[in-house]
Amino acid sequence: MCLSIPGKIMEIYNDGSLLMGKVDFGGVLKEVCLDYVPEAKTGQYVLIHVGFAISVLDEEEAQETLGILREMASLDEELNPNEVR
Amino acid sequence: MKYVDEYRDPAQVKALLEEIGKVVTRPWTLMEICGGQTHAFLHHGLDDMLPGGIELVHGPGCPVCVTPLEQIDRALAIAKRPDVIFTSYGDMLRVPGSTVDLFNVRAKGGDVRVVYSPLEALKIAQANPEKQVVFFAIGFETTAPPNAMTVLQAQKQNIKNFSVLVSHVCVPPAMEAILSSKHNRVQAFLAAGHVCAVMGYHEYPVIAEKYKVPIVVTGFEPVDLLRGVLAAVKQLEAGKAEVENAYGRAVTFEGNLPAQKVVNTVFQPVDRKWRGIGMIPMSGLGLRPEFSSFDAETRFSVGEIITQESPLCIAGEILQGLKKPPQCSVFGKECTPTSPIGAPMVSAEGACSAYYRYHREEVSV
Repeated sequence: MCLSIPGKIMEIYNDGSLLMGKVDFGGVLKEVCLDYVPEAKTGQYVLIHVGFAISVLDEEEAQETLGILREMASLDEELNPNEVR
Repeated sequence: MKYVDEYRDPAQVKALLEEIGKVVTRPWTLMEICGGQTHAFLHHGLDDMLPGGIELVHGPGCPVCVTPLEQIDRALAIAKRPDVIFTSYGDMLRVPGSTVDLFNVRAKGGDVRVVYSPLEALKIAQANPEKQVVFFAIGFETTAPPNAMTVLQAQKQNIKNFSVLVSHVCVPPAMEAILSSKHNRVQAFLAAGHVCAVMGYHEYPVIAEKYKVPIVVTGFEPVDLLRGVLAAVKQLEAGKAEVENAYGRAVTFEGNLPAQKVVNTVFQPVDRKWRGIGMIPMSGLGLRPEFSSFDAETRFSVGEIITQESPLCIAGEILQGLKKPPQCSVFGKECTPTSPIGAPMVSAEGACSAYYRYHREEVSV
């Protein structure tokens, strides 16, 4: 139940009472509530939990993490060049 | 899928495992709070790959598992009523009550419906004004904002045939209960990333300091999980007990403030019994008095509930990290996902179902 999945916001609209959006989960479009992420913009990725976006994913943070990890992986490759991976 | 695939990269998993191997000098015991993380560790086989005798014990973060038996029995009694459409997240349907489960009620003619989101339950109420629609509002801090928003919408739209059977629980009091137990083995926590996406991690420094445990906010993909383990082990080796965020792309210190605001508008902290564990003071959320007209417990009088837990199930010890599923005498024999005796065998977040799926060779003899 605590599994949330990332999806890309394709469209934002108001249904009269709530801020809603169409979110793309790898090709599957679903309607979700965006009321908890009023700052979210079309094209951004959000974590969706039981039909509600609970967090806008931070691209900068994600890139920084991946940068550190790539460095770690490439350092490992340099140190152990003959290992099969 | 962006934000998923890059965190499953085998080269990075290998590099992280090697890094953990370089840091660790002695065995440590870590607890991942969230059952979703338990499943992810076992699904990817990461638990077996951890170097240096690092042991994972699995936490109580399975909402289906800890929902108290009284509340399940109450749900069953309400769902049996002919005037009720009972709606629930899918996982709850197979959770055994004292006698039957919700599937059983449905098979006997009860109108029990699975919803993906609580807003769907509200739509069902609007479409069926002649019926009473009840939503089983369970879960941790992740489902509290959606459930709270749904109650708020019901109030705003004056939907009178909608109510909620509430059984919400909160993570920090459970962490404290585990740490204060004389049987505690947990030396560091991997905090549940999605609970923290909602709540932030400002509640944790006081726990880390009081109990001298590192707490690392951790995500759900293999790379995320190992980053959490690495950060926790680094702290343990250095004798530190701090709060760290290893899931920065989704979690901030203060969390989702609009969500917290709605939760606090609709719910208030209450004492809550956890199935298998017992009462933990102020560990749950209940409706505030202003929203009591949406409380299914008062709307439907179901009489006295006398519960009966299976004497064979050791869910309480499993949920506190004291025992592992293969140590249970009925694991994988009398108790399987298709015929569960205890709730942890049911849920996609239960430790028993994770071991059944991924470690069945360890079935007890």
